[in-house]
Amino acid sequence: MFDQLLHGFSIALSTQNIFLVFTGAFLGTVIGMLPGIGPINAIAILFPIVLQFELTPSSALIFFAGIFYGSQYGNSISSILLNVPGTSSAAVTCIDGHPLARQGRAGPALAMSAIASFSGGVLSIFLLILFAPYLSKLAIDFGPAEYFVLMVCAFTALTSFSHGSFIKALFSAILGLAIATIGIDELSFGGMRRFTFGVEELGDGIDFIVVVIGVFAIGELFLYLSELSSDTVQKIAPLNKVMMSFKELKESFAGILRSCITGFLVGVLPGAGATIASFLAYSTEKKMAGASGKFGKGDLRGVAAPESANNSSAVGSFIPLLVLGVPGSETTAVMLAALITLGVTPGPTMLTDQPDMFWGVAASMFIGNLVLIILNLPMVKLLAKILLIPRWVLMPLIAILSIVGVYVLNGSEFDLLLMLIFGVIGFIMRKTGFPLAPLILGLVLGGLIEVNFRRALTYSYGDFSTFFESPISIGLWIITLLSLVAPLFFKVLKKGRTQG
Amino acid sequence: MTRKLLLLASVLSGFMLANPAISMAQEKLSGTECLAPAGAGGGWDFTCRVPAAQLMQKLNLIDGAMKVVNMSGSGGGKAFSHVVTTRNNDEKLIVAASAATATRLAQKVYGDYKADDVRWVGALGMDYGVIVVSKDSPLKTLDDLVQKFKSDPRKAIIVGGSSVGGWDHIKALLVAKAAGIKNLRSITYIPFDNGGKAMLEVISGRAAAFTGDASEVIGQLKAGEVRILAVLSDQPIPALSGAKTAKEQGYDVVGGNWRAFYAPAGISDDAYNYWVSAVKAVAGSPEWTALREKNGLAEFTSFGKDFDAFVRKQIENVAEISKELGVTK
Repeated sequence: MFDQLLHGFSIALSTQNIFLVFTGAFLGTVIGMLPGIGPINAIAILFPIVLQFELTPSSALIFFAGIFYGSQYGNSISSILLNVPGTSSAAVTCIDGHPLARQGRAGPALAMSAIASFSGGVLSIFLLILFAPYLSKLAIDFGPAEYFVLMVCAFTALTSFSHGSFIKALFSAILGLAIATIGIDELSFGGMRRFTFGVEELGDGIDFIVVVIGVFAIGELFLYLSELSSDTVQKIAPLNKVMMSFKELKESFAGILRSCITGFLVGVLPGAGATIASFLAYSTEKKMAGASGKFGKGDLRGVAAPESANNSSAVGSFIPLLVLGVPGSETTAVMLAALITLGVTPGPTMLTDQPDMFWGVAASMFIGNLVLIILNLPMVKLLAKILLIPRWVLMPLIAILSIVGVYVLNGSEFDLLLMLIFGVIGFIMRKTGFPLAPLILGLVLGGLIEVNFRRALTYSYGDFSTFFESPISIGLWIITLLSLVAPLFFKVLKKGRTQG
Repeated sequence: MTRKLLLLASVLSGFMLANPAISMAQEKLSGTECLAPAGAGGGWDFTCRVPAAQLMQKLNLIDGAMKVVNMSGSGGGKAFSHVVTTRNNDEKLIVAASAATATRLAQKVYGDYKADDVRWVGALGMDYGVIVVSKDSPLKTLDDLVQKFKSDPRKAIIVGGSSVGGWDHIKALLVAKAAGIKNLRSITYIPFDNGGKAMLEVISGRAAAFTGDASEVIGQLKAGEVRILAVLSDQPIPALSGAKTAKEQGYDVVGGNWRAFYAPAGISDDAYNYWVSAVKAVAGSPEWTALREKNGLAEFTSFGKDFDAFVRKQIENVAEISKELGVTK
């Protein structure tokens, strides 16, 4: 294995591939920072260039992978500084990242995000190298029933919003679930159109990004405008130290490790994804911290957990792609499509047909992550200064970027209208104290939970016992129960301790 | 950040301006465009990028570069309606199409639009349908699967990478119909996000068989994870070593996902013939043969009037089985 890794490095360290890793990682960071334009668009836009230069499949994948994990670094930056996540998985980072920025701790939050992204990224590359063949079996063993239970488990992340009003969080999540039902139902005969109200454009459903940008970025813009007229613009505390204390770093480290493993495992599954990984990691850390944390009000651990998880989930999603030839996420699906166009036959034979690919990409990931941390840490100070830009300059800029980002997605004016509608919804939710993150959780889980529920019951001809058959399902039910009961148990325990 | 933004902007605009030098060729169309009715990646995008944009320029069939535009929505319906309503006279435009286009026209997924609303240019490759099972499956022949359909449909669930009533589903039902099964809805089909994921269902043993395209299964086939029960082609396909056709096993079913182009209905005959001969030239080039084989596509060509008739025939067949299935009225 060591030989193979060395061989991988010999590929990744060629001048061309170093250039590709560097460019990919850098472009990825920038793209991740911009609302709306995600790695999927970036890869689609850059694909013709790859064809033009006749890159080998391995080099192309090294480049695409760089964009992918680079964007996982970048997407936390706008979440923390502006409360505007670039992708749905970064919505979790907003929960604690933005309050930190408001308290004048943008520096430590950004630094923590870079460090957590790096640690999660690098650790998961080791997991990728060591366990890829075994974990690919997990991807095969996960059927619709197991996915359904996993989604139920992910839903318990909602309980970590109990500090505000749990009912409000639940309402947000249900709104997300409702939005997810809009569109053509691919599982019914003749493709039933659900909740499209005769609007042709709603047939394809509503894109996640449109909702994320609308609710977060445009909602934030409306909030700013309303505060402007009432002269109560929220003050942002002056910038404090750039780095966190060593103690804070030490406190976060166990969480980064746990989140990395959670994120990686979720990433390996071709039917889950980075958003679910981020939510699961966040809620686990919140529950572990118990009352000691300031989760939701600005806790560095609340930034570390999702950032570690979404990076390791990005790395994990390469396992089904490289070992089975099956794309696990939309981003890896675009990558695979590009590889097919370059003449790669998708399937398990990719490992033997393209011997350079697996190890070349794995080695390039080490280099890419190193490049990213070197790039990102010194930039923290500079980036934090964005907060010093007057909001009347910043907000129109965000509006322009949002509009461009959403339009680039499908080239549809209708999406822009939807974005505005969701902006209004986001504004009302902010004004009335409904948390935004559960909406994204509901939206992402909604489609998956329904489609897997129906697939599983189609397999079993309506027999519900299918959800309790495999050891994986039973294990996931136990985790679900534990995550519901554990916080109560901790509470009772603490009460007992203070009384006794 | 602004500096980075500027950089990104300049990089992006650089790509847009990257237009290779324009040659002085006469009568060749310049400023041509291929519309892919879906996002980047996937069959329609490939059809635009490789045989159209890449090879038409390389073979000097068009003047300058061809622009590829992706327009996703309603399974190609958005692009179809865009062409009919706003580009009806655009002689510089061709649009990628496949068997899925015909399926959706037949099932009225594109509203009231019909095959007549565009001009069918030509096809230059075919991804033949296959039915595969896991390497450990007790099903050895197509007869075995058909027997299971009849005797124990609960143990003969099929999966594929497109929606219920979609082309993958229909291909499997064409086999069932050829076997004389009357109640087609007794056969359970479960759709997955893509062919790869659906195949994992077969490999894991949860589903009995996978219905899809040859190019989707070649990797798993070479790895020995799956066996082909039947190929839905006229002749055995060399790339699928030794796999029997459905015809050889007594089921007269041929079906595949052809790769083709259509053009707007309002263009002149000259422009139409221009595109027909351009697609013909690409289809006959050794460059295309190499790329076609690399992408797991079998040889299949049909142009102009012949292709138009072919598409209509297919729409008729799909409409008929869709009616029996209850997908459409």
